[in-house]
Amino acid sequence: MEKLDLKSYEGLGQAGAVFSMHLPDIIENYPSLRILTADMSYIAKLERFKALYPDQFINVGIAEQNLLGVCAGLSSEGFKCVALAQATFISMRCFEQVRQYMSYMGYPIILIGLAGGFQLQFMGNTHYALEDLALMRSIPGLVVMSPADAGEAVKCFQEALKIDKPIYIRFTGDATNLVYEDDYDFDYKKSVCLKDGKDITVFATGSMVSYALKAAQLVEENNRASVKVVNMHTISPLDIEAINNAQSSNLLISVEEHHINGGLGSAISDVIASKSNTPPLLKLGIGMNYSEVGDYEYLLKQHRLTPEMIADDIIRRYIQL
Amino acid sequence: MSLDVICKDIRIGIIERSFTAGKNSAHVGGSLSSVEIMTVLFHQVLKRSQEDFDNRDRFILSKGHASLALYCTLESAGLLTKEEVDTFEQNGSHYTAHAKKDVLRGIEFSGGSLGLGMSYAVGVAEALKEKGSPARVFVLLGDGECNEGIIWESLMFAKHRSLDNLTVIVDHNHLQADGPIETVLDTKDIAAKFTAFGYNTQTVDGHITTELKAAFDNLMEGTPNAIIAETVKGKGVSFMENKTNWHFASLPESKYKKAMSELTA
Repeated sequence: MEKLDLKSYEGLGQAGAVFSMHLPDIIENYPSLRILTADMSYIAKLERFKALYPDQFINVGIAEQNLLGVCAGLSSEGFKCVALAQATFISMRCFEQVRQYMSYMGYPIILIGLAGGFQLQFMGNTHYALEDLALMRSIPGLVVMSPADAGEAVKCFQEALKIDKPIYIRFTGDATNLVYEDDYDFDYKKSVCLKDGKDITVFATGSMVSYALKAAQLVEENNRASVKVVNMHTISPLDIEAINNAQSSNLLISVEEHHINGGLGSAISDVIASKSNTPPLLKLGIGMNYSEVGDYEYLLKQHRLTPEMIADDIIRRYIQL
Repeated sequence: MSLDVICKDIRIGIIERSFTAGKNSAHVGGSLSSVEIMTVLFHQVLKRSQEDFDNRDRFILSKGHASLALYCTLESAGLLTKEEVDTFEQNGSHYTAHAKKDVLRGIEFSGGSLGLGMSYAVGVAEALKEKGSPARVFVLLGDGECNEGIIWESLMFAKHRSLDNLTVIVDHNHLQADGPIETVLDTKDIAAKFTAFGYNTQTVDGHITTELKAAFDNLMEGTPNAIIAETVKGKGVSFMENKTNWHFASLPESKYKKAMSELTA
């Protein structure tokens, strides 16, 4: 595969990188690819694509359930479909359609959840997608990805086209998230160790990967412990080997911009629950309550998800060991 | 064999399998109401050949609980064997209360969840149009099923895309699980709703095969079509007709014998 210039995606955000830059670059190699949306092409940054390739774009209107049905019908006739809408609606409003068409009937639709987590800020709690990982990972056979930055969103999209399975990709974070500057090998079955360390292993996903890296640095600057950071870009199937490898740490941490129930932390705890002598797992994420509405930072602070607060919580738990 | 004889055989097949299903019960009422619709489709309307399989007309059963009528119709059309249909609702059978997709046998969709076949049919129609295929898509809805919001999302989309290769048939038997549709959720004048959504809409007696055939011969180009088939739930078995309790029920031997004596008379 041609090497990607990940730096060129910097500052575009995940949707911008995939839909305004990458997709128009590759679309001519995929004549049967169709991009479908439920009236969300503007926030998906599809304006350029729509103008260039109108025949490969379909807007079904504000109708997420029918979005999935149309994709399934097209898939049954040999078209490869990408369906996109806000993460909160595409995961919840049409949850059953995802199970029926993508899992039970097995159509390899690529589902894109735009603006995951708190990204819709002042839109309020109806628009926060904090349950999508929990829902999507409960569906048999669905691959669930949560890229760390704009470059990795492109990598996930490439992988989705390559492996041709039913997939949910969750977009999170804003244009400031930056983890990868150079291209790297991506395999959805293998997580990526971004930083080694022996005392604590932090598993992070999506927007929280860059935060976890900063938090790890803060923990180490306090000379408390050495911290390993693993990018769990794929929640299902989960990289069990990475969790097994972390058993030599004294403490496991999960960090996600998702409810603490049901997402990455829960997926890890499902794995370690049957182990003897596993290190404890501290799950960091969004509490099981509705938030005071505000900007991104204000929201993350309510749930102690800034790098400084993540570092504090890690240290507090570590010194209790 | 005349269509009326085929319909009668299909009804007998439905009653036989409803009886052998025993305590597992069967959706007998809504299967009996759709017999003529499926018979006319499979014996007179749908174009299907092995040589040009990709361009076969598609029949999508969205009211998936009428699977028993579908299995018996497929048997009459030679797509399923009697032995296969006889496994209806037996442990491990492929032929359960809701059919599972098997296109080689004429089952185009995995039914069960109401409304989802309609949306899928629209996607298939869109794809066929785009591929320039002459194949047509026929989707059968229940009138109770039209309570589902996704039906109307899909109908709007098909009209918007001018999918004139799509024909929606409503088995308008006036009963749903909890009673008459007028008392559960009054969907008065379904034909007017389809017309308002821009569909070329015909209303026919859904038990008169010639009326159904005429409607299928009279589909309009340039717009999606709808056929509202006025039917009777439980049609053909006197004690089942227009009775809510035969929506999903098991058939005791005495009732089975009575039904069979009526159908074989």
